[in-house]
Amino acid sequence: MSGHRPKLLAISSGGGHWIQLLRLRPAFEGCAVTYATVREGYRQDLEPGSDFRLIPDSNRWSKIRLLRTALAVTHLLLRLRPDVVITTGAAPGYFALRIGKWLGARVVWIDSIANAEELSLSGLKAGSFSDLWLTQWPHLARDGGPQCFGSVL
Amino acid sequence: MIFVTVGTDLPFDRMLRVIDQWAGENRCDDVFAQIGEGGWEPRHMPYRHFLQPPEFREKFDAADLIISHAGMGTILTALHAGKPILVMPKRASLGEHRNEHQLATARHMMQLRNVNVAFDETELREMLDHLGELMVPQTIGDHASDSLIQGLREFIFTPQV
Repeated sequence: MSGHRPKLLAISSGGGHWIQLLRLRPAFEGCAVTYATVREGYRQDLEPGSDFRLIPDSNRWSKIRLLRTALAVTHLLLRLRPDVVITTGAAPGYFALRIGKWLGARVVWIDSIANAEELSLSGLKAGSFSDLWLTQWPHLARDGGPQCFGSVL
Repeated sequence: MIFVTVGTDLPFDRMLRVIDQWAGENRCDDVFAQIGEGGWEPRHMPYRHFLQPPEFREKFDAADLIISHAGMGTILTALHAGKPILVMPKRASLGEHRNEHQLATARHMMQLRNVNVAFDETELREMLDHLGELMVPQTIGDHASDSLIQGLREFIFTPQV
């Protein structure tokens, strides 16, 4: 693997999900990173020249918007062909993991620190196919379930 | 200055009404609120429905207290800036959110002793009347915990065969 720079897609929806994703950046050093999220205004949170992609937002309460998000994420994955996909949620990240896994990427779900008493619904579903499945609360980690390495705090 | 934010474009009238009444009764003219779209409009404090990121940052930086819903985006931003934050969880049972995760967030962040939590309107008013007693958090660093960063790096750079 010498000289190989993993291609990594870091993807999330807006607000707290995006802020948590940004706090993971040192983990991506040495990778060719593409960031994907739902608001143009977030571009300025990154170093100038970073690879930033915009995708349409959605949540699981609007079927048509979900479909638009899924299509945009599929398109992005087909062009990028990342080695690793990492998300802090929610819907866009779920799709990216599901489709990314199908395209041969290794995928990581990091459940939002907001989910302190139970995993999010997408987090529960993502667990069945994620290569690395994480919660940020030690009391939610269990055998056969998510692991806890630490948190964004 | 006190910066009040509902964090998103969704309103949170239950919280805003208490703060507005308190600001009116105390003739407090140093409060600014971001209130979301389509909700009730305050009478005793200046407000905007939505703030673009640069305006948001400006208000945030100028504030010495943040009051908000129990959203992790606002909480992380306040902790990073080392500013005291008082949160009130949005309740799904009152139609304010889609599930009760803000209650869980608030309970557990409170246990870590880094946010002040008002679980209802009465507690919020009580805390506004005793602002001097609010807990000031320890500032968090720029990044996630070392163990999380390290665990992720090991995964990324150790491809499974």
